[in-house]
Amino acid sequence: MKITHLILCALLFSITAKADWLNFRGPSASGYDPDAAGVPSELSDATLAWKISLPGRGLGSAITVGDKVLVTAASGPDQKQLHVLCFNAADGSPVWERRFWATGRTMSHKKTCVAAPTPASDGERVYAFYSSNDVICLDLDGNLLWLRGLTLDYPNASNSLGMSSSPLVAGETLVVQVENDSESFAAGLDKINGINKWKLDRPKAANWTSPTILNVEGEEVVALQSSKGVLGVVPDTGSELFNFGSGASTIPSSAPAGDSLYIPSGGLTAITVKTDGSEPIKLWNESAQRPGTSSPLVIDDKVFVINNAGVLNCANRETGERLWRIRLERSDKSATPVGSFSGSPVAGADGLIYLFSEAGVGLVVDVSGEEGKILSEIELGETILSTASLDNGAVYIRSDGHLWRFGK
Amino acid sequence: MLHPNMKHFLFLATSLAVTVLPTANLHAKVWTAPLDQIAEVGPEGAGNAEAAEAWAELTGQGSEIIIPVLEAMESAGPLARNWMRSAVETVFEKDLAASADLPTDALRIFLLDRNNEPNARRLAFDLYHRVTPNDANAIVPGFIDDPSPGLRREAVARLIDEGQNLFNQERKEESITTLTSALEAAREVDQIDEIAKLLREKLDQKVDLPRQFGFLMYWDLIAPFDNTDRGGFDLAYPPEESIDLDGSYPDKEGKEISWQAYSTSDDYGMVDFNKPFSPLKQVVGYAYTEFNSEKARSAQLRLGCKNAWKIWLNGELVFGRDEYHRGIRIDQYILPVHLNEGKNTLLVKACQNEQEQDWTVQWQFQLRVTDETGTAILSTDRKPTPDANESARRRGE
Repeated sequence: MKITHLILCALLFSITAKADWLNFRGPSASGYDPDAAGVPSELSDATLAWKISLPGRGLGSAITVGDKVLVTAASGPDQKQLHVLCFNAADGSPVWERRFWATGRTMSHKKTCVAAPTPASDGERVYAFYSSNDVICLDLDGNLLWLRGLTLDYPNASNSLGMSSSPLVAGETLVVQVENDSESFAAGLDKINGINKWKLDRPKAANWTSPTILNVEGEEVVALQSSKGVLGVVPDTGSELFNFGSGASTIPSSAPAGDSLYIPSGGLTAITVKTDGSEPIKLWNESAQRPGTSSPLVIDDKVFVINNAGVLNCANRETGERLWRIRLERSDKSATPVGSFSGSPVAGADGLIYLFSEAGVGLVVDVSGEEGKILSEIELGETILSTASLDNGAVYIRSDGHLWRFGK
Repeated sequence: MLHPNMKHFLFLATSLAVTVLPTANLHAKVWTAPLDQIAEVGPEGAGNAEAAEAWAELTGQGSEIIIPVLEAMESAGPLARNWMRSAVETVFEKDLAASADLPTDALRIFLLDRNNEPNARRLAFDLYHRVTPNDANAIVPGFIDDPSPGLRREAVARLIDEGQNLFNQERKEESITTLTSALEAAREVDQIDEIAKLLREKLDQKVDLPRQFGFLMYWDLIAPFDNTDRGGFDLAYPPEESIDLDGSYPDKEGKEISWQAYSTSDDYGMVDFNKPFSPLKQVVGYAYTEFNSEKARSAQLRLGCKNAWKIWLNGELVFGRDEYHRGIRIDQYILPVHLNEGKNTLLVKACQNEQEQDWTVQWQFQLRVTDETGTAILSTDRKPTPDANESARRRGE
């Protein structure tokens, strides 16, 4: 009897255990969370758990920590009011909200906005970052722990088109990329008090990519992408571990998978790295696998790229060889066309890909077979520039005005 | 003369101050130490840990801390103000949820006192509005000449709506009067644009936007100096050494160039180097003008520029930025400065780079002088806004 109880408890735990989505593109900023189970394969009114209004613009994703969903926004005539919002994941009810005045420049291209970066969490704290270079650290109850105004500290660190790089936590360090044409840098901030642990000069060129994490021989390595390539650093010190110097895109970010990185560079370039300071090993380069705005995604032995024409390409992860490709389009040709993508694809334990187009069309794609198959389509009726977030049994997506949860 | 509504507000503020403020002062010691701690947050994260402790101490108190914290914003820097704002809102939300007493009257007094810090007053208004929206809405018209841009904006928005409604009712003269008042009061670009559009396009009125904004319209220009490989940004060409409007210097090709009179009639004061010099690449241009201030005072230079730029006031470098073609807008850069009484000199350096795309042709800037609220400060010898077909002339001509 006791054993049966134990088994039941273990089973229950495995079903209800949370697969927190702690930053842009989830675990390691990869877009793939093999622990996110039971994510609905259908996006529809039947699976819509809730939809709530947001007080301002934003294209950063929601993150999930335990029973909380956190998202940022910016409001006001010049988006100078910054919001950090916390909701109850179960029913979307508000838990707390904190507001701040932007201390840096809030100018951006009209397509993007001040709340473009996705917040990050270490499971105990939330780190909100904005195009104004304000960094806000709160605990999960909304208590303020620290603030930084990086434009106050570094006055020429800004981009008149807007910044969008999302931070992430690696070990005890919050990593931010503040890369632009002028005062361009990346920094590792002490996640407890916000003080610089390190600060690196970076190429003087606008860059909208986000850092990712490689797991190399059991150690976390942060990959900083720019027009020059990808620099691998120790998160605690900022020390260089590897340098891929063949150039890379400044819009889609790389996809990490263990000690390998799939870089938008000359199409797509796969490298593998070591921690001994040796040159990264180039596995392959495939010029046909050229991502558009969306970042690539690795699921097990396949790598996926959405190009500027709205075609989903699937390639062999080991070789780069194309396995199949499908045009992402509606089953009903008279329906709103899928159009182009700003957000990136994400996937959970079932290996289904979730992606939302700028036209507000959400798709679920089964990529387990000989070719991709669209399982579900939904029209949200709003412009969607963000990337979905996953959790056990849930898909979250946000627009400028709303946050949706699919999965009841 | 004070608007009748304002007299009423001042009377209320004064009478409420007499009855409420002494109560607040009794508890000064509860918040003094944490507020002092928060005020010490500095650059690069200095003081964060101590501020977090102080923030926890403050938010452990009740709503009696709200007014003292709002008052402390007056002398706080932007980071400390954010710590304080968050403490105020946290306590307010907590007490609102608990249906505890909130300092409603004191909030009203605070927000009506124009000597208080503008952001703090706007925050006080938002809290007051949460508690008593009807009363808050009733005082909005009195903000029409308020020094707090956030509060003034509310009153201007009311006038715009009123003017639009009058127009819809075909009460043209009243609409013109109302919208003209709105334009006089407006300080924010989107509202000024909206009003000007209504007046010009629907009511056939002339609007002198450059004067409203305070754009500087008369300049002397000299170009093209060399900016090959963007190297000119850091090179000090002769205009950076001294201004001699009769001087001539070698350009990037070695030809002699001299200053040219230039004026712009653009609604947004755009100074376009491409007009006198034709579109060029990898070049540097300078623009010089003089600004006469009625008195010595603090002010802001508000610049828009999509080229790399530097700006000097009275020979002192104010700021510079080496970003090219990422966008331009009014008030893109807001630079605090101090004006001398009488003549002040302004020199702008605008660099054009090597990019060849059609969206990189622009080689231009726009500059205005304002106070801290965005209100235009006009040069005492400001000339009429040039007509579109007027030939260029120097400032004094």
